[in-house]
Amino acid sequence: MDFDLSEEQRLLKESVERLMLDSYGFDERRKYLAEDRGFSEATWKRYAELGLLALPFLEENGGVGGGAIETMIVMEAFGKGLILEPYFPTVVLAGGILRHGASRAQKVDLIPAIAEGRMKLAFAYAEPKSRYDLFEVETRAKKDGDQWVLNGTKGLVLHGAVADKIIVSARADGASRDKKGIGLFLVDGNAQGLIRRSYPTQDGLRAAEISLENVRVEAANVIGDPTGAFPVIARVVDEAVAALCAEAVGCFAEMHAITLDYLKTRKQFGTTIGSFQVLQHRAVDMFVELEQSRSMALYATMMAGESDVTERARAISAAKAQIGQSARTIGRQSIQLHGGVGMTMEHRIGHYFKHVTMIDTLFGDADHHLRRLASLGVIDDE
Amino acid sequence: MNLSFTKDELAFRDDVRAFFRAAVPADIREKLIAGLHPSKNDLVRWTRILADKGWAVPHWPVEYGGTDWSPVKQYIFTEEMSQAPAPAPLPFGVNMVGPVIYTFGNDAQKKRFLPRIATLEDWWCQGFSEPGSGSDLASLKMRAVRKGNQYVVNGQKTWTSLAQYADWIFCLVRTDPNVKKQLGISFLLIDMKSPGITVRPIQMIDGGHEVNEVFFDDVRVPADNLVGEENRGWDYAKFLLGNERFNIACVGVSKERIRRIKDLASQACFGGQRLIDQAHFREKVAAVELQLKALEITQLRVLANESKRQKATQDPASSILKIKGAEIQQATSELLMDVVGPYALPFQSEEDLEPPIGPGWAPSIAPAYFNARKVSIYGGSDEIQKNIIAKAVLGL
Repeated sequence: MDFDLSEEQRLLKESVERLMLDSYGFDERRKYLAEDRGFSEATWKRYAELGLLALPFLEENGGVGGGAIETMIVMEAFGKGLILEPYFPTVVLAGGILRHGASRAQKVDLIPAIAEGRMKLAFAYAEPKSRYDLFEVETRAKKDGDQWVLNGTKGLVLHGAVADKIIVSARADGASRDKKGIGLFLVDGNAQGLIRRSYPTQDGLRAAEISLENVRVEAANVIGDPTGAFPVIARVVDEAVAALCAEAVGCFAEMHAITLDYLKTRKQFGTTIGSFQVLQHRAVDMFVELEQSRSMALYATMMAGESDVTERARAISAAKAQIGQSARTIGRQSIQLHGGVGMTMEHRIGHYFKHVTMIDTLFGDADHHLRRLASLGVIDDE
Repeated sequence: MNLSFTKDELAFRDDVRAFFRAAVPADIREKLIAGLHPSKNDLVRWTRILADKGWAVPHWPVEYGGTDWSPVKQYIFTEEMSQAPAPAPLPFGVNMVGPVIYTFGNDAQKKRFLPRIATLEDWWCQGFSEPGSGSDLASLKMRAVRKGNQYVVNGQKTWTSLAQYADWIFCLVRTDPNVKKQLGISFLLIDMKSPGITVRPIQMIDGGHEVNEVFFDDVRVPADNLVGEENRGWDYAKFLLGNERFNIACVGVSKERIRRIKDLASQACFGGQRLIDQAHFREKVAAVELQLKALEITQLRVLANESKRQKATQDPASSILKIKGAEIQQATSELLMDVVGPYALPFQSEEDLEPPIGPGWAPSIAPAYFNARKVSIYGGSDEIQKNIIAKAVLGL
């Protein structure tokens, strides 16, 4: 048992944290937000230079060969920095689909472009009615000669508008909630018949609703088995949830630090408000949640590669439920302890609060995962 | 980074598990599963079994009868013991006064007391709290006045667990009333058979007799029974209270309780459905289990860091173990209340369980729920723990 980072991992952590300090101050972030795409292309290039966009891919495919721990390190730092760039959809989600589902030719074609920062991807998994069920897919994929034709609507596609290519889950067979019959299709962002409606999310990121009307996909752009992609989706999403947990922990740590700092500097009644016991205990409550979340993010990271699918799902659900609950507790307290200033756009704390609240709604909130955990039975205690 | 135990640790766990499976007397084991308290005799019997194996005080230094197990192995040992389940050794001797004696006591004290602590030949109890000194422990008033080679002790201790069985009591006493309150306290070992000691039982809300008041009226204590230096007792008390690292979270205890909850919830059936199959109940159990998982990982993080940290510094994460551990223990006691339902109502004392009223497993559940309120009060209440974390960890 060992919770230490290796030398290489420590260096990675330092370099990402330094990048965040250098280029992700609150004022800089505000500037990035005001840019056309809602993030900084210059910073995206820095990610490429540092090898972050190549991180999880195998070296033979042009990657760095990092695993879940490396992703955790980067996502935690990104959580602290509250970054705006489409790292999660491009590298973690779509990257995960490529790693676990794509053919060699597809990898050779796409991974170097991602790694070098030339290509952004999105993963269109959700639909307006699917809520958190990844297998509830009504978008249809119909074979037409050598091609596939997609029709349907995908929702909540993170950074869908800037994506050069979008991986779409669509049903080639079966009824709308069957786990069998789902395929993954790589669609060009500017494909004929694909319409993207881009919008800002509550936390300042971007997403898109995407409608597909007779969008034609070459057979070479089908990822894996056109009716058997669900296990790949489930695996990638479990890994992505572990990454989100790490990002949330980065946010929580920063929220706690910002709040402590405020308690130590804000004066009322002639003294710092952190001298009041009621507020001290709330700061401790936040700390307890932070540490429990940190433990569960570590657990999720270490279980993300578990080959037993049920074990993996249990661990991931337990972690995501913890993160969702902590997002509520830490979020509420962090705003309350700031008082009125915590309600303003000018203060950092509210931006973190919004982001962790939105993380709870991605891939299943605390309630959803608690239900899933309950239906799967115990967390294995070995 | 790696969450699993090493091969060596896993082999150790298997050994320990096999030992507990074979060695815990069946009647004691059944009592514990049923949520009943082991008797004095049960605990003595069990401690002797451990002592024969050489495992009565594994966390002590080898020269005093301990082992050289790593912190991880000690954790595994405690976990397996809780989950067996086997009775936890009486903490007042092996976890509290024992380490104080071998760290601060003189050679004569070590020789006289340590072997008898390890085997439970001496039953120890703890004389810290007083009626006017609970959370503000350092304000304690029980006086010890030096006269020749004796101390004359007058005053009262309270919340003294299992003092009705005790041969000895370790006390914090006021030896200097004229200095800052922490600087006038000494650590004294007192024979419970000394003239002038009176033990009065306190009945707790669960109906049980667990704690007592202990009165001291001109009790004469040999000066040889002073541990360390006079007026340094507060330092030793802080050492004692900070010494609990391996089982303060009680992860194994809560795991065992959750198994019990699931077992009973498979038997309880209403509305045409077993409780264990009812979604609402399953979610409540899952909510506690995930908190327990998080606590377990937090505990393992603290353990993994243990060997790397300097003795004086504590892992900040360790400070949450008591608070969260208590919360989860209380949550399991509440889930058992959900399981038992209406047959929580009849009161049957532990001495009078036959024939059972309602299901045989029901009588202990409500008392255990009432009793579990104590875990967020004793050993520094949640609120005191939070004060400490706010100051020591958060710098508020």
